[in-house]
Amino acid sequence: MKHRYLPMTEQDRQEMMETVGIRSIEELFADIPQSVRYQGTLPMSEALDEYALLRHMKELADKNANFDTHASFLGAGLYDHHIPVVINHVISRSEFYTAYTPYQPEISQGELQAIFEFQSYICELTGMKVANASMYDGATAFAEAAVLAAGATKRKKLVVSRTVHPEARQVLATSARALGLSIVEVGYRNGVTDQAELAAAIDGETAAVLLQSPNFFGAIEDLAAIEPLIHAAKGLLVVSANPLALGVLEAPGRLGADIVVGDAQPLGIPASLGGPTCGFFAVAEHLMRRMPGRIVGQTVDRNGKRGFVLTLQAREQHIRREKATSNICSNQALLALCASVYLSVMGKEGMREVGGLNIRKSRYAADKLAGISGAEAAFTAPYFNEFVLKLPEGTNIADINARLLKAGILGGYDLGRDYPELAGHMLIAVTEKRSKAEIDQFVSVLEGCL
Amino acid sequence: MKPEQSLIFELSRPGRSAYSLPACDVPQEEAIESLIPAGLLRSEPAVLPEVSEVDVIRHYTALSRRNFGVDNGFYPLGSCTMKYNPKINEDVARFPGLAKIHPYQPEESLQGALELMYTLQKDIAALTGMDAVSLQPAAGAHGEWTGLMMIRAYHESRGEARTKVIVPDSSHGTNPASAAAAGLDTITIPSNDKGMVDLEALKAAVGSDTAALMLTNPSTLGLFETQIVEIASIVHEAGGLLYYDGANSNAIMGITRPGDMGFDVVHLNLHKTMSTPHGGGGPGAGPVGVKAKLIPFLPQPTVARNEDGSFSLHTGGPESIGRVKAYYGNFGILVRAYAYIRTYGPEGLREVSENAVLNANYMMHRLAPYFEIPYPGVCKHEFVMSGRNLKQYGVRTLDVAKRLLDFGYHPPTVYFPLTVEECMMIEPTETESKETLDGFIDTMIQIVKEAQETPEIVINAPHTTEISRLDETQAARKPVLNCACG
Repeated sequence: MKHRYLPMTEQDRQEMMETVGIRSIEELFADIPQSVRYQGTLPMSEALDEYALLRHMKELADKNANFDTHASFLGAGLYDHHIPVVINHVISRSEFYTAYTPYQPEISQGELQAIFEFQSYICELTGMKVANASMYDGATAFAEAAVLAAGATKRKKLVVSRTVHPEARQVLATSARALGLSIVEVGYRNGVTDQAELAAAIDGETAAVLLQSPNFFGAIEDLAAIEPLIHAAKGLLVVSANPLALGVLEAPGRLGADIVVGDAQPLGIPASLGGPTCGFFAVAEHLMRRMPGRIVGQTVDRNGKRGFVLTLQAREQHIRREKATSNICSNQALLALCASVYLSVMGKEGMREVGGLNIRKSRYAADKLAGISGAEAAFTAPYFNEFVLKLPEGTNIADINARLLKAGILGGYDLGRDYPELAGHMLIAVTEKRSKAEIDQFVSVLEGCL
Repeated sequence: MKPEQSLIFELSRPGRSAYSLPACDVPQEEAIESLIPAGLLRSEPAVLPEVSEVDVIRHYTALSRRNFGVDNGFYPLGSCTMKYNPKINEDVARFPGLAKIHPYQPEESLQGALELMYTLQKDIAALTGMDAVSLQPAAGAHGEWTGLMMIRAYHESRGEARTKVIVPDSSHGTNPASAAAAGLDTITIPSNDKGMVDLEALKAAVGSDTAALMLTNPSTLGLFETQIVEIASIVHEAGGLLYYDGANSNAIMGITRPGDMGFDVVHLNLHKTMSTPHGGGGPGAGPVGVKAKLIPFLPQPTVARNEDGSFSLHTGGPESIGRVKAYYGNFGILVRAYAYIRTYGPEGLREVSENAVLNANYMMHRLAPYFEIPYPGVCKHEFVMSGRNLKQYGVRTLDVAKRLLDFGYHPPTVYFPLTVEECMMIEPTETESKETLDGFIDTMIQIVKEAQETPEIVINAPHTTEISRLDETQAARKPVLNCACG
């Protein structure tokens, strides 16, 4: 039987071999030394017909609890927000998803304009002048921001708050080791970066202060107070932000950030076990030519008609090779499109409203949970849609989450995994999707577990 | 001529909206300003468009119609493997049990996802001849960097300071860029007149400072490096390791394996070889496979099978290079790649490579009378040719590429590799029929004729697209990078 994705018929094969001047396909591989030829059949998974494959994939899928079967209070960087129905319809248009990087602008204006609009959206939300076409995710964007800061300041010391997502800090540590950059971590007080400790850590060698706001604990950092500390030392302020929160929270660019990065997952991108999501990267104008990744710019064609092209490519690996600002080539364009469609759907009012819903519902949940005997809010710093609940001494969060799972709930993140001093603390996210009834049930089941 | 396509921001009218949000069923007496200090709130609302749902759909549909993908037509973009993106892969990746899952869920609630990742690790290891695989890297270049970081850590663990990465002059730009990001220096060596690695240059380049040789095999010239066994021994004898850039793996599935050629580390581009869609620039996935001696250095986490048959995530030991990406890689892409492997099985994948290689050789032979083929003989999944014979008519390769647009084709990769003048790099892939290849070839022959007889048609192409050639110089000199609508 002919494979359904392979159009070559036996007759085609014969005619083509004749044109090439060979008698067997084997002759096409005669240049490969026999000693490295693979003999036999590779020990890989067997082929399945279309129906069997659908069933198999369904079986695998059904072994996973998911946001449809369980009410999620898990966040820690990935959130269960409502994804407007139109997004999947747009990204399913195969003119978008089966294209590659828009190298030929005359037949890629759709993608180029979509990226230009994405850059515009990111600039507007972050309050920055320039944004790129996307990065792999928030964590790699964070690490690249540190590398950019070190290059721009010609300094090697990075001051990073422990309130930044632990995995983003780990990715940064991997990059920093390679490039000989040193990292000084600064602790927290009441859920936000300890400003006194931060001030003490900054010196004339500091390339940047790197923060996240809302931070990993959900708390909003006081960027306005921190900004003068690093700028006085002529270093840069790097902020990782939740773009959905930026519908209501002040844009980091207006508070003095030099680089704003983050993950666009909250903007209409499925959690997908953590990938693919979409990192974003925005900078102040003076850092424009040091940015990693693709950038789209507006120009005109021969008739003066507005059009868009990949631009400032002299930064990139295909031109500069080892002198490029980054090695990134493929990015996360289709997910950037998700984010753009999300922002188009939500618009000015929708972004304010969804932000408000997240704030109110998380307040309701936090108040209720703090009412559980033996439980209390760990911090009092202002937060967006995520907060830390301290459970009674000796509580095992993993056990509690196993019991919540049986009750149809994905419980919060066990902070003891990354912060030994926060054993028994649960990081709880409450999005606009959570109903009062779900929150009440979560509170009641959790209470029963203690 | 069609009018300019409005920006979404230009469609905005105050009072329109396209969203529908869950109700607020919790108390909302208090103003947001009393819940969050005013200094932390936006001083001015973000200037975002106000449009209806119909506006959104019409806008993005209009943009999609100004874009060209594999589903629109032939896309022989060399080294990018623009094969058909199977639709079942898109459907299964959207199953709620695979799309709406969180990496921090209890492991017992993710067994299906972990099983898929575990099986994919094994399948990729078998396909590439490696001992273990990490699915973490998000793209090919990310895989290169991850692999080089492991190579660096391996040498350091042996107390050796090896900092030089050797690449041929025909290598992808990401190779030297990844080396730099891994804190390593690049040495570029020339190719010989057959397009192969110059062994004498290699011998001269290797030494006690050699960390690795990075090689794409088949190369970006579409040629299988026949000296690979000797190359491997030269590098290994000098104490270096071999890195396989898997961008061109579509030529060799089931026929030869990087692990058997002597490579120590390999990445695969799942968005090339394994058919996952390129997405207009991404997302991809660049899993990395290693030989046993490099296993301790793999990035974390990997998926392991427990004695009771369940699956769990392993964070790796103290020698791991650490984390290279948040969470567990581009899982949604891994799902598609796994579905692709299960669609073909090992025999099918071999047939994929055979057909891809025959298609490329067929095109090369038919086009040989009209263009200069710098490396005649047998090619693999792609080949390069030079358009310099058209320069006498004032026509350049770029013009040929633009003229192809008028006939509904995506042009080949042009001006790469840098070692071939007026280069065109053509990769047909296995999913194209003979009629499609013939149609493209006939068009190329016609363009050569046009270049000879009416070159202005070619030089001024394209004539049928939404827009004509764009002023890239202006774009770079006076950058306009967002609409500044705010």
